[in-house]
Amino acid sequence: MDIQVQKVGIVSCSGEEIPEGTLCRLACRKVLDERPGETVTICLPLFIAGGEEERTFASNYPTITVDGCDKLCAAKATEMLSGKPSKSLSIPEILKKHGLAPPTKLRHFGPEEDAAVKAVAAEIAKAVDEVLEEE
Amino acid sequence: MGKKHKQVVVLPCSGIGKVYGALARETAYELVEKVRPGLATLTCLPLLVIKDPEAVALVTENPVITIDGCPKDCAKKSVEAAGGQVAKAHEAIKFYKEHKDLKPEGLAEVNETGRKLAEIAARELAKEVDELAAGEDA
Repeated sequence: MDIQVQKVGIVSCSGEEIPEGTLCRLACRKVLDERPGETVTICLPLFIAGGEEERTFASNYPTITVDGCDKLCAAKATEMLSGKPSKSLSIPEILKKHGLAPPTKLRHFGPEEDAAVKAVAAEIAKAVDEVLEEE
Repeated sequence: MGKKHKQVVVLPCSGIGKVYGALARETAYELVEKVRPGLATLTCLPLLVIKDPEAVALVTENPVITIDGCPKDCAKKSVEAAGGQVAKAHEAIKFYKEHKDLKPEGLAEVNETGRKLAEIAARELAKEVDELAAGEDA
């Protein structure tokens, strides 16, 4: 008997210009590494730079977007160019919920940023569980 | 001699799945924070994907150097899709090919060896930044 394991697509904002973008990338990467059988990702700019396969990403996978600021690039780009996300997460809202300060540097995160990375990754993982339950 | 610019945009790959995407970002950060602060500037690549007016203006009014992490060339294509022209396009793997003793590792961020390679790459790109700012064809 074939058992189909549904994968959840995670789209990270990446935000190179803001510390929350780095936090977003690190947290998304952590979930992808810890849940390799259940998660998959795509580089956000591939919705424009890629081909048909990339543009149908959100049709092929229930998708969680993770944004680092209120411009919501990941959520907007996914909905405009691929398909409506199942869930949209916001780093500022997650940090506020957990009482954590926003990161202040663009790179070389260390122990000071560890709590934020873990909190965001936990929220993404929770959203993955919820989406898998709904499928 | 062309028009002089106060800013040169350095736009790296957004990927979190390949080491050369991480190397591209580290190189861009090194340029912007240490090697040419105030002259080299960044914007978020996804802002171009959603056609954010400020980000689009930045890449259409200033010279742009792209550093891509894979042959899909997202950074270069995103600038072009936003109506900008890329002055110099690089793929990060070339920096490793030129410095084979520094093999970078890491996906979201590069390791210590990758940081050293990014320092060298940023110093090499600084010449292009200076030439583009001066209005010279790099």
